[in-house]
Formats: sequence, structure tokens, C-alpha cells
Amino acid sequence: MRTANGLPATAAEPLPDRQVALIDLLDRLLSGGVVLTGDLVLSIADIDLVRVSLNALIVSISEQNPAPWAAVPPVRDDHEG
Amino acid sequence: MTEAVTYAYAVARDDDGTLETELSGLPGVADAPVRLVRAGQDDDVVVAVSPVPAQDFREEALRAHLEDMDWLETVARAHHRVIEALAVRATVLPLRLATVYLDEERVRLMLKDSREAFSTQLSEMTGLVEWGVKIYVEDPPAAEGPAAPSAEAGLSPGRAYLSHRSAQRHAREDAYREAEQVSRDVEAAARRHAVARVQHRPQQGELARGPGENVVNDAYLVPQQAADGFCTDVLRTADGAPGVRVEATGPWAPYSFATSLDTEPVKRATP
Repeated sequence: MRTANGLPATAAEPLPDRQVALIDLLDRLLSGGVVLTGDLVLSIADIDLVRVSLNALIVSISEQNPAPWAAVPPVRDDHEG
Repeated sequence: MTEAVTYAYAVARDDDGTLETELSGLPGVADAPVRLVRAGQDDDVVVAVSPVPAQDFREEALRAHLEDMDWLETVARAHHRVIEALAVRATVLPLRLATVYLDEERVRLMLKDSREAFSTQLSEMTGLVEWGVKIYVEDPPAAEGPAAPSAEAGLSPGRAYLSHRSAQRHAREDAYREAEQVSRDVEAAARRHAVARVQHRPQQGELARGPGENVVNDAYLVPQQAADGFCTDVLRTADGAPGVRVEATGPWAPYSFATSLDTEPVKRATP
């Protein structure tokens, strides 16, 4: 029972003062967040941005590395109950 | 100062008009101060922005910078720092990294156009936090070591090697099977508390922090008051599955769930 930083997970932990793993952050910042068309557009479709930035470093975002039992594209899966 | 453009971090609900004080002195991207843009005076839907140097955030420069891992990390952490500061006091819709406008007036026009959609999504996200859940298959002990001769006494070196490799393979297969079971248990446990899930790709490559192989990398949207129970139940699923590790990260602002203003609203679980 550990969190990413090896400490026990406590939901009450305050938001600041935590150094999050860069890869967890990039998972969210490069494929999450509301996409708006800014003025200085990076054709901000996530794939473009991700390809530009990380081709060598984060293999996980490439198409070539499916999970062992299933390819899992980032999908929404809202569910009820 | 050199020419500046406007970097937008997030949309937030400034319920009591005190959000600006939360941001005072906080360094944003490019160490710039963070300000709030409103569509109209006293409007509670705000966009957090910073002036950043145009030369670094124009499309071409940005493309080049994003290939630079140190630059990317600095911007990502600054972006996150602002989101976290906002999240202490407010419901937040993070924006995608590197959303840039020509000036604050352009942000204000955008906000004016989309204010109602933002307001609806902010209401949807009120009281909800994101938790990440990752499942790892741990490396079997001494996986890469040479065949242990004592364990296979009586076998020729070739057969001993094969027997050892076969045992390793079986251990690995068992661990994957266990991980599948754990992932089902995690899903069941998570559904008791969470209202939505998004699946990210498993983490691989140089930035992935093991140990072991990441096989599930999901994000769940959880009511704040259910977060303790969520973590406890999710982490408990790995008990009795020695080759499998479950990690929870959070609470995060709802990065993985605030993705587009057009998507279906998050459906609340019926109790």
C-alpha cells in the first residue's frame, strides 16, 4: 500500500507541497485539460503536441506499446453506479 | 520588457472574490505573476493567466522548446503549481498545456463566448477530485540472474538453464494473471466510490518510474469525501497478490476529465 512517492496514501494530504512524478503530470497535461483554440495554435490536437515533444522519451504515448493484454487508448468511460 | 503573450492555465469559479489573493506572489510559467481574467466585472467564472515572453511561446519556438525535456518540465510544473493553488480554494477546469492567446483581451472574449459552457462544467466538477491508479507487475526476483545450479542438481547445464527459464516464464505469467484479477478488483472497488474513469496509456520509457512494468494507468473522478475510502479499497486489492503492486496518486484537479467543452457531462453515479 504505497503512493508513487512511497508514502502511505492519505486523501487528506494537502494539495501543495507534493512533488508529483513528471510522467503522471504529463499524462494529464498532454492528454487532459480543456482544449481551447488559442491564438498561437500548436494545432493543439494532443497527438501533435505529444509527437512534437516526447517522441523518444515517453514511449508510452506511442502506438507501438499496447498493454500486455489489451491495447488501451485514452478513452472516456463515464459510468453510472 | 520584451513582447508578451498571454498564457492561460485554467478556468475556475471564484465564489467569494478572494481567489486573486490566493495567487499573489505565486510564480507562474516563466516566473510571471498570475492574474484572473473575467468576462464582466464581479463575474465568478475566471481564467487564470500570465504574461509570458512571445519569443518563447510562438508556435515555432514552442515546437522547438517542447523537444527540450527540461523546458517542458519547467513549464509543466509551473502550470501545475498554479492549478494546485487555485484548487485549494476553487473548483478548477485545467486547460491543456500551452494554451496561449495574444493578450488578455482575447482571453476575455473567449471567456465571454464560452462562459455558460464553463459554468456548467464547473458545476459538474464541484466537490470532485481526480485520483490516479496504477497497477504494476513486479519483476520476479533474480529474473535476469544466471540459472541457479544447486536448484537443478542432476540436470545438464543446458537443461538446467531451460528449466530455470521456464520457471521464470511461469512466474511472469502468473504475475500477469494476478494483475488482471487485481485490475478487475480495482475496477469493482473504484466503482463503489468513483463517478467516472478515464484510461491513460500504461507508462513506459525513460520517464516511467518502476519498479516493475506498468500495466494499468487509470484516472478516476471521486467525490472529495469518498477519497479516503476510495484509496483504502483500491490499495487493498493488491493484498494477497505478491507479484502485483497498486499505486494511487492524488488528489489531482480533474485534468483527465476536463478535456472538451463539447463532451457529454460527467454522469453522477446513482447511490
